[in-house]
Amino acid sequence: MIELAGLTKRYGRTTAVQDLTFSVRPGVVTGFLGPNGSGKSTTMRMILGLDHPSAGQVRIDGRRYHQLADPLTHIGALLEAKAVHPGRTAYHHLLCLAQSNDIPLRRIDDVLDLVGLAGVAKKRPKGFSLGMGQRLGIASALLGDPRILMFDEPVNGLDPEGIQWIRNLMKRLAAEGRTVFVSSHLMSEMALTADHLIVIGQGRLLADTSMARFIEENARTFVRVRSPDHERLRAALERAGGRPRQCPDGSLEIEDLPAARVGELAAENDVVLHELSHQQASLEEAFMRLTHESVEYHARAGR
Amino acid sequence: MSAENARRVLLSEWTKIRSVRSTLWTLVTAIVVTVALGMLISGLIGHNFDDLSPHERMTFDPTFISFAGTSLGQLALIAFGILVVSNEYSTGMIRASLTAVPVRGVLMAAKLAVAAALALVVGMVTSFLAFFLGQSVLGEHSTDIGQPGVLRAVFGGGLYMGLIALFAMGAAWTLRSPMLSFGILIPFFFLISGILANVPATEKVGHYLPDQAGSRVMRVMDDGEQPYGPWAGLLIMTIWVVGALLAGYAVLRKRDA
Repeated sequence: MIELAGLTKRYGRTTAVQDLTFSVRPGVVTGFLGPNGSGKSTTMRMILGLDHPSAGQVRIDGRRYHQLADPLTHIGALLEAKAVHPGRTAYHHLLCLAQSNDIPLRRIDDVLDLVGLAGVAKKRPKGFSLGMGQRLGIASALLGDPRILMFDEPVNGLDPEGIQWIRNLMKRLAAEGRTVFVSSHLMSEMALTADHLIVIGQGRLLADTSMARFIEENARTFVRVRSPDHERLRAALERAGGRPRQCPDGSLEIEDLPAARVGELAAENDVVLHELSHQQASLEEAFMRLTHESVEYHARAGR
Repeated sequence: MSAENARRVLLSEWTKIRSVRSTLWTLVTAIVVTVALGMLISGLIGHNFDDLSPHERMTFDPTFISFAGTSLGQLALIAFGILVVSNEYSTGMIRASLTAVPVRGVLMAAKLAVAAALALVVGMVTSFLAFFLGQSVLGEHSTDIGQPGVLRAVFGGGLYMGLIALFAMGAAWTLRSPMLSFGILIPFFFLISGILANVPATEKVGHYLPDQAGSRVMRVMDDGEQPYGPWAGLLIMTIWVVGALLAGYAVLRKRDA
């Protein structure tokens, strides 16, 4: 469990994170979504005690980060920026972390196996690919077998196989009852992994909701139909109980009739169709709309 | 913090130091450069002793001559001190280190303890090697470790090298960036400090610079230029070291990692 209360970070006159209050619960993958520069990484660094908050605080299992005894056994994190000395072998990197937190040394081989780096344990990371570097970071996070895991943009720059692997790993960790907190600037990525969603924009909390709820509220499905004779079509649709909406480009959108029924009605009335399609407003659009509003609001409020 | 906790963090820092190649190379360089240059200069002076002026012969300090390589060799120890600390920042490792050991003073103390102990051991080995090998090439003009003040100078030489590395660590905690640390410390100790201590206008102040004051301990013959004795000189250097470390701790504590 991670709890943020009024967490704020100011750099001079700019506010990077403003009054964030939310909890990240165990057993589910919680997505932390926001555009680039919205304060996700800063928030995560404050959770780890790397950056000092200007106001507010973070509790991890009820305690402040620096009060945790052997913190790596409570919370493991993969940060976006590299946190590995390129000249120190993968094994020694994990060894120094394990020693400082009294983690059994067999865990080093376990996590290297788990992330698929056992073969390069004695190699220096300067020769690692982006994906291998990411895997070493994940191995560091898992080293202490912590109940809480935090990943900052874990799929950035990974190949499809690597992305698939991380998605499955996060789901598995959550299924084991752990707290999994993962940030991304891509809604599509979150839609595939997260059960719960925390959205921020300009450092402010915009949404704290379950993924299902977010989809239900934001993912509108409808039928688009285009016809040279759209007045007659509209009348036919209205007789069938539909409420078509006229779009600026001349097409009609209907939310309350399925595409098949719209086609049948057109045939019954001898209306020629140029287009009949099922549409789904993407979550990406919903997310953009949400964060865009916050940008607008912010710009106006700041004036 | 418990003793058990301290033991773990020290062990972890020891692993960090021994698993990076640059550490080994700077320390090997420190020994080789100091000893080799000391022998070279001892050999040259021993060979040309008769060409020295009567005053130079009077104040001839064979112990100090064998430490002639220190001025260059110390740069390798400064590099060691800088690299041990600032590499954490330049590589991002500091984020992993601080998430593992979040109480910043504990991390800093453990790193300093391990790195300073290593620098001190290397400093002592260098100092004794430079002395004995330097004396061996000085031939008839050499001194021996039993003479008054000689053991103090040789032992002090080792302390000096440990302290100069520790000063570099304090400066690196303060400056963070390896480029900045190298850019300031290397020219300062290689050139600027020596100039300040020898130009009449700045001489009085120059004597109190850390390396100038600290190196007094390596002299057996007092040339009368420095207004303090060997141990007072080392104390002045120690004050500089403590100041650098306090500044480093203040930065580490206050700033975001």
